[in-house]
Amino acid sequence: MDANIKMQLSCPMPKFDFDTINLGHGSGGVLTHKLLSSGVFDVLKNDQLNQKHDGAIFDLKGQLSFSTDSYVVNPIFFPGGDIGELAINGTVNDLAMCGAMAKYLSLAFIIEEGLRMETFWQILDSIKKCCDKAGVQVVTGDTKVVEKGKGDQIFINTSGIGLVHEHGRIGLSSIQKGDVLIVSGNLAAHGIAIMSKREGLEFETDIVSDTTNLNFTVEKLLNKFGLDIHFLRDATRGGLASVLNEIAKDGSQGIDIRQIDIPIEEQVSGACEMLGLDPLYVANEGVFILVVKKEIAKEVLDFLKNDENGKMASIMGSITDQHIGQVILESSIGGKRVVNMLPGEQLPRIC
Amino acid sequence: MKFINEYRDASVVKEYISELHRITTRPWTIMEVCGGQTHSLVKNGIIGLLPDNITMVHGPGCPVCVTPLHLIDKAVYLAMERNVILCSYGDMIRVPGSKNSLLEAKANGADVRILYSPLEAVTLAKQNPDKEVVFFAVGFETTAPANALSVLHAKREGIKNYSILTSHVLVPPAIEAIVNDQTNIVQGFLAAGHVCTIMGIGDYYPLVEKNKLPIVITGFEPVDLLQGITMLIKQLENGENKLENQYSRVVKPEGNPEAVKVIEQVFEITHRDWRGIGEIPYSGYEVRKELEAYNANVKFDIQLEKAEESPDCIAGEILRGIKKPNQCPQFGKRCTPLNPLGAPMVSSEGACAAYYHFSNVDVLV
Amino acid sequence: MCLAIPGKIQSIDTIHNGMVRMAKVSFGGIIKEASLEMLPAADIGDYVLVHVGVAISKIDEAEAAKTFEYLKEIGEIDELIEHTQVDKN
Repeated sequence: MDANIKMQLSCPMPKFDFDTINLGHGSGGVLTHKLLSSGVFDVLKNDQLNQKHDGAIFDLKGQLSFSTDSYVVNPIFFPGGDIGELAINGTVNDLAMCGAMAKYLSLAFIIEEGLRMETFWQILDSIKKCCDKAGVQVVTGDTKVVEKGKGDQIFINTSGIGLVHEHGRIGLSSIQKGDVLIVSGNLAAHGIAIMSKREGLEFETDIVSDTTNLNFTVEKLLNKFGLDIHFLRDATRGGLASVLNEIAKDGSQGIDIRQIDIPIEEQVSGACEMLGLDPLYVANEGVFILVVKKEIAKEVLDFLKNDENGKMASIMGSITDQHIGQVILESSIGGKRVVNMLPGEQLPRIC
Repeated sequence: MKFINEYRDASVVKEYISELHRITTRPWTIMEVCGGQTHSLVKNGIIGLLPDNITMVHGPGCPVCVTPLHLIDKAVYLAMERNVILCSYGDMIRVPGSKNSLLEAKANGADVRILYSPLEAVTLAKQNPDKEVVFFAVGFETTAPANALSVLHAKREGIKNYSILTSHVLVPPAIEAIVNDQTNIVQGFLAAGHVCTIMGIGDYYPLVEKNKLPIVITGFEPVDLLQGITMLIKQLENGENKLENQYSRVVKPEGNPEAVKVIEQVFEITHRDWRGIGEIPYSGYEVRKELEAYNANVKFDIQLEKAEESPDCIAGEILRGIKKPNQCPQFGKRCTPLNPLGAPMVSSEGACAAYYHFSNVDVLV
Repeated sequence: MCLAIPGKIQSIDTIHNGMVRMAKVSFGGIIKEASLEMLPAADIGDYVLVHVGVAISKIDEAEAAKTFEYLKEIGEIDELIEHTQVDKN
């Protein structure tokens, strides 16, 4: 078993008569039943799932939001989390970024033949813990197994449905000239936690992934500030720079930001230097960008700083009608440069 | 981080900028040689802060950019046809050869690995005794000791399945070639600080004396670059031509003799093809004959047709500082980082990529 | 190909029967290994410049400070020149 795997399972693994998952477990027959009944359903049990229908049936009144995402991270266990946590938090957060409170999730696994049951169980346990923390339920799902070499241990897809906040009008069309840009916390921790495991970097204090659920934070923000919160997006793959470029290009806005106001923890910054990575493009899992009405920016900042997910929040820039479609950064020494979209995978610079 | 943060101090930068504005009375054209310096200048927005009188042209100090097409083709060939584990520094992977880049070869099933250090490639060879491991040894003099060391490690441990495909280039001959070119407009140089950390500063005295050119050996952080530029402009304004060392905290006049010894054990000086410039005599390294078992060129006896460069890529003029990237008709149109016509657009060290990523022609440069 | 960053040597090990010295170098809290084969005199506590896994130079702290004294020096020289010109007038 991977030495990094946490051993405090909230649901101890029952005794199975198989150590690894094989093709039979995805075929729909006896083995599948075994895996699901004494595995998945037990851990994730809830009224919906217990019906064991092909799909979930429920009432949900109000404006709905629906999102999906797939998780293919390697390594599947990393400092601060695992693929299961990402799968739940990721979709919960996507809905939160639409101003919606996630309620019900679907959960689909594609497992590579040979995955150890202990590993699968650990991931299930993480999924359960995250669901409980975020206040969501997995109500339907699927499990498939593919031959060895045709997967990468495990891929997960989650889709989610949530109720949109009555005061939420989050969207690119809500953004106005003069709006202020806020980033909710320190950048690049997740990406560096992953890279550090791959590159064998050690840290004097551990850098861990920032994966977490942001739905309650967003709900509180919308409760207090409502329609003055114009736009939200979490800075996952592609990092802060990608989100800002999406806003600039898809929203036809100009963006000015200041490097000195972009928060990043010193060790993470050092790791980026070492690996030749630009922290603006490194993935985050618990950081989001807010575009808010100028007049409430300071209040929003103070509010965030009092929230567990916003302690390092910072006002980093503003929306302008100059250089539409472009993001211009003022460097820490006062010079200016463009922050572009990432063209493909960011390759570590050696030079 | 110590010895980094101080050299990014905004107030010190401001002082140097003021000083430059005060002392620059005439137009000057200067070149920073190293791609790392180009990257830093553009990324930090330093060029826009300089007095208008100072024109920075960007030199050929990007070993990825100057690696000839046929060498990339050789690396791709080895990866795809000869079933080797092809290891490379990250920035080389996306550079297109005449057909594919190493990244495309990887996507097509070739075993291509990005490594941080050539020493890791030797470990890989040890762990995979049934496969040949080839390291694409690209770089200036800075990287030569590490690449050479990997060969010495392999030899010492009796590892027979390791070799390097060399694309090493030397800075002083490149400066000489630029200065001797009839179209040269450069009046002073910021020499590459890390190259001199290895080789020392001796090679630059003849360049200064023969050509009556000021040269300042310069580091990479904003304060380093601005101090180097200030020292150079001061000389130009005073009609001087000396060799000065701005980067004295790591560059000793004698360089690193141990590193030079290691280089001389493994490499000998050869003529080299510089992409976009052509052949410069005595401007590169190749593995010595007695170590040819570690020379992938010899070991694999690669016979490939030499590829032609895209006629639309003006890399040569860019690398010699005659044109700026935004003066190329293809810049940002047919030639972008996603679809590069030549190497200066792919490597993040290359002038074209730096301009594409970091500047907006209308607003900033 | 010149990205080299400064770090502090935390510890030194020898491998291959004492022939090769490898250091654990701290770059602002990140620890990575680097070969010390080209810096035989480098010791624990020294700041070194590391490039692609190999330490290539020791950082001279006295020289490092000179960059910040340079401005002060030229400031003083400029003042002197100004005074001289004023005197001439």
